[in-house]
Amino acid sequence: MTSWHNHLIILPILLPMIAAAALLFVDERSRVMKAMISLASTIAIAGVSIILLQVENSAETFDGVYLVGNWVAPFGIVLVLDGLSALMLALTSLLALATLVFALARWHAVGAHFHSMFQILLMGVNGAFLTGDLFNLFVFFEVMLAASYGLLLHGSGALRVKAGLHYIAVNLVAALFFLIGVSLIYGTTGTLNMADLAARIPEMEADRRMLMEAGAGVLGIAFLIKAGMWPLCFWLPTAYSAASAPVAGMFAILSKLAIYVILRLTMLLFGAGPSAGFGAELLLFGGIATIVFGTIGVLASQALGRLAGYSVLVSSGTMLMVLGINDGAVSSGALLYLVSSTLTIGAFFMLIELVERGQDAGANVLAVTMEAYGEGEDEVEEGGGLAMPGTMAILGICFAACGILLSGLPPLSGFVAKFAMLSAMMGAGATGVPPTAAVWTLVVLVILSGVAALIAMTRAGIRAFWTSIEGTVPRVLVIELVPVMFLLSLTLALTLQAGATMRYMDTTIRTLSNPTIYIDAVRNAAAIGTRAGVQSQETGGN
Amino acid sequence: MELVLSIAIGVMTSCGVWLILRPRTYQVIVGLSLLSYAVNLFIFGVGGVKSNVPPILGDDILPSTLADPVPQALVLTAIVIGFATTALFLVVMLASRGLTGNDHVDGRN
Repeated sequence: MTSWHNHLIILPILLPMIAAAALLFVDERSRVMKAMISLASTIAIAGVSIILLQVENSAETFDGVYLVGNWVAPFGIVLVLDGLSALMLALTSLLALATLVFALARWHAVGAHFHSMFQILLMGVNGAFLTGDLFNLFVFFEVMLAASYGLLLHGSGALRVKAGLHYIAVNLVAALFFLIGVSLIYGTTGTLNMADLAARIPEMEADRRMLMEAGAGVLGIAFLIKAGMWPLCFWLPTAYSAASAPVAGMFAILSKLAIYVILRLTMLLFGAGPSAGFGAELLLFGGIATIVFGTIGVLASQALGRLAGYSVLVSSGTMLMVLGINDGAVSSGALLYLVSSTLTIGAFFMLIELVERGQDAGANVLAVTMEAYGEGEDEVEEGGGLAMPGTMAILGICFAACGILLSGLPPLSGFVAKFAMLSAMMGAGATGVPPTAAVWTLVVLVILSGVAALIAMTRAGIRAFWTSIEGTVPRVLVIELVPVMFLLSLTLALTLQAGATMRYMDTTIRTLSNPTIYIDAVRNAAAIGTRAGVQSQETGGN
Repeated sequence: MELVLSIAIGVMTSCGVWLILRPRTYQVIVGLSLLSYAVNLFIFGVGGVKSNVPPILGDDILPSTLADPVPQALVLTAIVIGFATTALFLVVMLASRGLTGNDHVDGRN
C-alpha cells in the first residue's frame, strides 16, 4: 500500500466528524443545505471505504497500519485496516447511504439534529472498526452509542421515549462492564494495544492470565449485550421496533459491530497459545439459545417491526454460534452471512414502514390473533383477480426478496451464505471426522430458523399484500423505494459475484486466524521519519 | 489505603446495583452514577495505588517512583463520557416524565 492510500484510512473517521460539526452551524430551517452536506459526506465515506476495500483486496502484504500522531505502536493510537475492517467499513457506508437517502424523504424533518447524529453514529461505527486498541474502542463505542440514543429518540413519542429509556439504561450498564473489563486487562498486562496484548498473553504467568481472562469475560458481557445474546437481549426487539424506519435500518449494523469486536478479539487474543478457545463454549451455547429465542420470537411476532427485531437476534445467534465452533471454512461462510443479513435487515426495516403506511394502525397487531380466532370467511371471491397497483407490486417483490433472504432460499445471497456455512460444516464429514453434536445442532437450527422466517414472512406478506388490497395503497416516494431496492440489489450482486466474494472472505478469515501477521504489522509499523522496524524486534513466529 | 479504596468501591457498587434494580427512574440514574464512580475508582486502582507522586516523566527519574499516567487518562475520558451520557439520560428521563406523567421506568404506576 502506498502512503497515499495509507492516509485514506483515517478519512472514514474524519469525514463524518467534520460533517457533523459543520452541520451544527447550518441554520435549522435550511433543511436542504443540511441534507446536502450529510449526503455529500456519506457518499464520500462510501467512496473512500470502497477504495479501501479494493486496495485491501488487491494488496499482497498486510500494511494497513496508520499511526495517529506519528507515535509507534504500543504507546500511541493506531488504526488498523485489514480485510475484515475494510469489509465492515464498506458494508456500513453502503447501508448508511441507503438509510440516509430513505430518511431524506420525510424522516429527517421530524427532529432537529438528525443529520449531525447520523454522521456521529457513522464516525463511531467506523472508528470502532478501525481502531487498534481497547480504550479507543471504548471511546468510539460510546460515541456511537451517544448518537444512537439520540437517533432512537428521533421522532419522539411516548413509545420511543420509553424504549429509549430502557435502551440507554442497559447500554450505560454495558459501558460500565466495558470499562471494568478494559481496566482489568490493563492492570494485568500493562497494555491496551490489541496487538501488543496478543503478543504478551503467552508470556503471562498463570494467575495473572486468569485475571486477564476474567477481564476479557467482563468485556465480553458488554459486547454480548450489544449483540443481543440471550439472556441479554430483551431490550433489543423493543428498541429496534420503536426506532424510526431509517434509524432502525442503520441500527442493523450496531449488533454486527459487537459481533465484529468479539470476532476480532477472540481470533486475536484467544486463537492460539495458552488461552486458546477461551469463551468458545459460552459463545456456542449462548448462540444456540439466542437462535432458539429469536426463532420463537419471529414466529410469535404480531407486528412486522418486532419480526425484524427478532430476525436481528437470529442472525446474531447464528454468528455467535459459528464463533463458538471456530472453524475457518464455516467462519468465511458466516462472514458472507453477516454481510447479507445486515443488508437484508436494513432493507427490511425500511420496507416495513412503506408497507405499513397503507394499513390501519394496529392491523398487524391483530393479524395473528385474527388467524387464531377466524376472521369471517365471507369475502366474495372475485374472478379474474384484482389489478395490483404498481406500488404494491414493487413493495411485494421487495417483501418477497426480504423473505427469501431471511429464510435463506435460493437464488439470493442468503442462500449462498447459509449454503457455504452448512456445506463447510458437513464437509467435516468428508475428511473422515464426523460432525460433532454441536455442529449437528447448528445445522438443524440454521435450517429451522430459516423455515420459521419463511413461515412468518409468508404470513405477514399475505396479510399485507393480499387481504388488504381494498385498503388504501401506500403513497410511497421513489426516493424511499430506491434505497430498499439498492440494498436488495446488493445482495443480488453478492450472489452473482459469489466466487469472488467467498475468496475475499476466505482470505480474510485466513489472515484473522493467523494473528502473528496482524501483531507483526502493528508492532513493526514505523513512525514517519524513522527507519523501519527500529523498535521491538522480538515478535515471535516470523 | 488499598483497603479504604476497595471498601469504597465495594460499597458504591453494591448501592449502585441495588438502586438500578429499583423501578423509579431517579433511583436508576443515581444508581448508575454510583456505579460509574465505583468503576472510575477501580480504574485508578489497577494502575497501582500511590499517593503524592506525579505521573510526569523527566530526566533521571525512575519510572517506578511515578504514578501510572494511563489510568489517569482513562479515568478522565471515562468521566467525560459518563457525564455526557448521564446528562442525556436525565433529559430522556424528564421527557418520559412529561409524556407519561409519572417516573416509573415503564411509565406505569
